[in-house]
Amino acid sequence: MLVKKRALVMGAGLAITAVLLSGCSGAGAGAGAAGQDVTLTLATVNNPQMKDMESLKGTFEKENPGIKVNFVQMEEGDLRAAVTADVASGAGQYDVVTVGAYEVPQWGAQGWLTDLTPALTSDAAYDVGDILPPVKTALSVDGKQYAVPFYGESSILMYNKEMFAAAGLTMSNNPTWQEVAAAAKTLNTPDHAGICLRGKPGWGDLFAPLTTVVQTFGGAWYDNKWNAQVNSPAFTEGVNFYVDLLKSAGEKDPVSNSFTECLNQLSAGKVAMWYDASVAASILEDPTTSKVAGKMGYVHAPVYKTKESGWLWSWNLAVPATSKHADAAVKFAKWATSKEYQQLVGTTLGWTRVPPGARTSTYSIPEYKTAAAAFAPITLEVMNAVNPVQPGLNPQPWVGIQYVTIPEFQDVGNQVAQLVADAIAGRTTVEEALAKGQVIAQAAGDKQKK
Amino acid sequence: MTTASIAPVRQRTPVPPGEESGTSTRLALKKKGRQARALVMPALIFSLVLTQVPFLVTIGFSMLRWNQLRPREIKFNWFENYAVVFTGPDFLPSLMSTVIITGSSVVLSLLFGLFFAVLLDRKFMGRGLARTLMITPFLIMPAAAALLWKWSMLDVNVGMVNWALNALGLPSVAWNTDLPVVTIVILLTWQYTPFMMLILLAGLQSQSREVLEAASVDGAGPWRTFQWMTLPHLRQYIEISTLLGTIMMLQAFDPIAIMTKGTGGTKTLSYLLYERAFIGLDVGQAAAFGVVTVIITIAVASIALRTLFKVFINGGDR
Repeated sequence: MLVKKRALVMGAGLAITAVLLSGCSGAGAGAGAAGQDVTLTLATVNNPQMKDMESLKGTFEKENPGIKVNFVQMEEGDLRAAVTADVASGAGQYDVVTVGAYEVPQWGAQGWLTDLTPALTSDAAYDVGDILPPVKTALSVDGKQYAVPFYGESSILMYNKEMFAAAGLTMSNNPTWQEVAAAAKTLNTPDHAGICLRGKPGWGDLFAPLTTVVQTFGGAWYDNKWNAQVNSPAFTEGVNFYVDLLKSAGEKDPVSNSFTECLNQLSAGKVAMWYDASVAASILEDPTTSKVAGKMGYVHAPVYKTKESGWLWSWNLAVPATSKHADAAVKFAKWATSKEYQQLVGTTLGWTRVPPGARTSTYSIPEYKTAAAAFAPITLEVMNAVNPVQPGLNPQPWVGIQYVTIPEFQDVGNQVAQLVADAIAGRTTVEEALAKGQVIAQAAGDKQKK
Repeated sequence: MTTASIAPVRQRTPVPPGEESGTSTRLALKKKGRQARALVMPALIFSLVLTQVPFLVTIGFSMLRWNQLRPREIKFNWFENYAVVFTGPDFLPSLMSTVIITGSSVVLSLLFGLFFAVLLDRKFMGRGLARTLMITPFLIMPAAAALLWKWSMLDVNVGMVNWALNALGLPSVAWNTDLPVVTIVILLTWQYTPFMMLILLAGLQSQSREVLEAASVDGAGPWRTFQWMTLPHLRQYIEISTLLGTIMMLQAFDPIAIMTKGTGGTKTLSYLLYERAFIGLDVGQAAAFGVVTVIITIAVASIALRTLFKVFINGGDR
């Protein structure tokens, strides 16, 4: 009897434990609803353009009865982890995902994304030829397009026209880095810095502009056979130039600075020039937040040995290969990147909120041309001019400008960026930093050789 | 005498008088014990599952070759990840950074905490308000604190610290670029001083006033009283706050992720681990770093605990 009672108590204890534990794993039911109605689950990064898309999804749902779209917004890192886990396990939880240009070719080649080419080319109204050619190239592997661009950007040089006029300087539409460095040194005063350049360690922070500088100096992360080139003379020269420019005429405390920090300093009139993402122009021209609205000039990314040196980035919509509603998902991806969607954004939310840098036709919409007169022409010009297949002097075994489309690159870029940040601070030399970086990059390159 | 009072109390529950004999009562007691144990079981199993299973899984992960971006190449590779940990260039510098940053932050926040605790131990107008204000840094979320320091305090153009330096005729300091370790130590010290202060204040307030009075009657000055009466009394409070502070500051992550990004000797073990897992996306290697960190922490903590207790006992003898 005693044993029985004891067993009962134990059993009760175990049951309670089991209930408590199962409570932790009960959530997360599948997205595919039963019945005719289809609910698409869209996993996206949480940036303003995507929030605009969510607010306009009602129009799509009205036009396509029976399809509902459910937005799941996440931080970039979380999104990557969620999507890779989902695709790798074949769970099919997401029907549409936003993927950066860095990952589209990698995931496409892995077979994780649906090939959209047939769906896009067969639809004349979608006009796939309208997508900016470099962007389309960056999203394709072996002629198969794995994603559609939602918005895109390049990098441009922005300069304060007032400060240039005061110093008696002029800026050409295609400046060289040497000209920019000379102007920056002239314009560098205790009151304002000559140029703002990113110094915050990170493959997407410091190394986005720095890689384009390295490329126009004739360097590259890898040669055509995946041999790391980080300690090569050209790479070293490019990094030395960047670091010297920061030291002699750059903003104070560069290691703190990336896009947002430089944007703040530019808007406050604390810096004369800035080399960064073209999307910054639209913010600098907003008189409510920027002191320099109307005073800025925008020109091509500075060059040295190449003709063009802007980077290329786009946020894209893709359909995971595991999606259980691929047809409806493709329909939505096409809708959100169509010409009609841009009209819809313009008429309902305002023309400055039209996603830029994805379609050529965006730049011939009269209302958009007026609203974005200061920076729309240069953005289109630069985005059409960049070459993601061979941005540097030599051919490279990947497609992409300011990044290398291998899984290890963000790790390699990050670690080398930390080393370069030490060089910016003067704790080490560029040569020492890049010698260590070479070892890190070569380890990743060796994995590609297999 | 002191030793006896320190030794853990491990007495059995006293048996009620008059019930010492008789097998029935003994059986009943046994049964009671079993029931008590059974009732504890759910909580015990729950905590075992929550703490030990993840650790075992981590050990399992640490023996896999597993990069999240190559999910089809997951392979068992024995101790290869551990080999990378110990032969790679990351581990030792990271361990050093952890020791330097945690060590100096603990010492500084302890000193400041002691200073403020002594100040707050006196009676004055608005003491409650002052105490609340002093505690606030500890109540602010670490990420918010890091942003606050990045933008409002240490910013090179508009930060208050540089403004104060300029007002004194000194040049601005580019904190993140030139002094990353100092930046993190400043922030951690600022954040954990209130914690140290709270524990030490409790210690100060538990000190008997008669003893202090007697000391002053005997002609001891304030410094001598502090050195020979208060400090020995505070010893156990200092030890416990050092221990807890070290454990908490070892895990510091937010200021590094937000301000220095692991550059210039601020890549502590917790940040390195994050980098391996979320930027390198290398689950196996990150798990191996995690396991090694846990083992080192356990080793250091148990050695520290033992010596701390020894010091404590000797201190009582004095």
